[in-house]
Amino acid sequence: MTSTAAPPVPAPPRATVARRPRRKWRGWLFVAPFMLVFALTFIAPVVYAFVLSLFRDQAFFGGTVFVGADNYAQVLGDPKFWESFERVLVFLAVQVPIMLLLALVAALAIDSARLHAAGFFRIVIFLPYAVPAVVATLMWGFIYGDHFGLAADLNHLLGTDAVKPLSQSWLLTSIGNVVTWEFVGYNMLIFYSALKVIPTELFEAAAIDGAGTFRVIRSVKLPAIRGAIVIATIFSIIGSFQLFNEPNIMRNLVPNIIGTFYTPNMYAYNLSFAGQQYNYSATVAIVMGVITAIIAYVVQLRGSRKEM
Amino acid sequence: MAAVPMKTLSVTRPRKSRTLTAVMALYLVYTLIPLVWLVINASKTQPALFSTSGLSFGGPFALFDNIGQTFSYNDGIFFRWLGNTLLYVVVGAGGATILATAAGYGLAKYRFPGRRAVFAIVLGAVAVPTTALAVPTFLMFSKLGLTNTPLSVIIPSLISPFGLYLIWVYAADAIPDELMEAARIDGAGELRIFLTVTLRQLVPGIVTVALFTMVQTWNNYFLPLIMLSEPKWYPLTVGLNQWSAQANGAGAQPIFNLVLTGSLLTIIPLVIAFLFMQRFWQSGLSAGSVKQ
Repeated sequence: MTSTAAPPVPAPPRATVARRPRRKWRGWLFVAPFMLVFALTFIAPVVYAFVLSLFRDQAFFGGTVFVGADNYAQVLGDPKFWESFERVLVFLAVQVPIMLLLALVAALAIDSARLHAAGFFRIVIFLPYAVPAVVATLMWGFIYGDHFGLAADLNHLLGTDAVKPLSQSWLLTSIGNVVTWEFVGYNMLIFYSALKVIPTELFEAAAIDGAGTFRVIRSVKLPAIRGAIVIATIFSIIGSFQLFNEPNIMRNLVPNIIGTFYTPNMYAYNLSFAGQQYNYSATVAIVMGVITAIIAYVVQLRGSRKEM
Repeated sequence: MAAVPMKTLSVTRPRKSRTLTAVMALYLVYTLIPLVWLVINASKTQPALFSTSGLSFGGPFALFDNIGQTFSYNDGIFFRWLGNTLLYVVVGAGGATILATAAGYGLAKYRFPGRRAVFAIVLGAVAVPTTALAVPTFLMFSKLGLTNTPLSVIIPSLISPFGLYLIWVYAADAIPDELMEAARIDGAGELRIFLTVTLRQLVPGIVTVALFTMVQTWNNYFLPLIMLSEPKWYPLTVGLNQWSAQANGAGAQPIFNLVLTGSLLTIIPLVIAFLFMQRFWQSGLSAGSVKQ
């Protein structure tokens, strides 16, 4: 997962009205610097990527030629792209629910006031978020390894060689474990922050009705933090589709298993930096961006519809 | 937070449960094992790494020797990477915090033409995969002659849509309009009101944003990997991975002990920052989720 680190983004807060109309532009004084840099680092690259995706290098003559939607057609018919896409889809379907469920259970436990040393749990579970993906992957990579890893120790202890986290069939699970380790705490904090602000009256009402712990969780707490759950789900989906750091770093350990198109992002990266196919790479990036945005949008729609 | 209402009912303040604590402790072990493993193994010599068990100390205690070697290896390149990382964090994350604070405040406390458009564009940007932007940004920067310079890492780090959003939410709640009106009646300009009156109300929000942008910049791997071609500009993350990759290939020169010690040194500053600034960032985040 890359840097989509960002807690909750629900509805915009209302602004306070500045009354004098002739001064109505003064808000830009504060917003303009941000928007200038934003235009350079967000809007310009998107536009540029789109322009790139409409052209193609002429292999023999040099220069580029306008090809319209040809690159898009090529991506949609590219088995390498679809193989990498399927892989992150499987990853998403398995890893994201496990991670969010662990995060939710941890948040509910810490919020429940039934836990000894809840503050300690909160900070320690959050701690991996402060560990760079590079370090997390190197660490787990060593642990997985045959050289001096815990996997080797475990096999030695059990007298088998069954535990092979870096083998073909285990690898995606092993990567999923690294990502889960990194981000459970972060999602836990999103849920916990939302749980903490549930109005007390709701608990009072539930208690009067004789609701037990699990009933309160199901009928009061979970509905109340639905917004946070939707947001965390969206960010996790975006993160899964963007999967790059962990497999790319782990590639040092298992270059034969992790190829150049293990995930869509690695594919786009390697097209650019190993293959110099910038136009095609930009097209892959845009296709992934559009798919991600659509899925994020659908999740958000479904999430907010249930709320009503 | 101080204002947490008294949840004194049985549902909200039940007896402590040992079972729950024990179950959660299992998860705690999972969280801590890799970190404990790292600390233990950063204290081993390279031969001892191979000959001793992973979760116990073994061989000579070489932590300080490893730290010395980490900093001196290859003419002290690790020190250079540390300096680069600090530069990217101070200018990149610092700049991101300033820009997000000003813009979030502007959006929360002023109504101006284009405000809705700003909101839509910035929120839309959150859904755009950052890596989808990275390759085009690289190509654009290479046309501008910016690649392989510190600026190529710093400029993209300056934007934090999350930071903007958090300050926005925070400012809407934390700054009463009356406060600004009073200052206006006293004849203060808008910038002066911001700097001398309202800024201090935003401190917990600003600390939260600073901490999270700091972590993002400190931990950034993909962007510098793409932008930088010379090791002298690498941040710690890219450098460490290069050290790790050194163990492979034909002229392999494994320095596992330095990779481990370097990893440990890389995470310590952030862990300390999070632990010591807990109160600030936790209250800042709670405020951010009030609006849900």
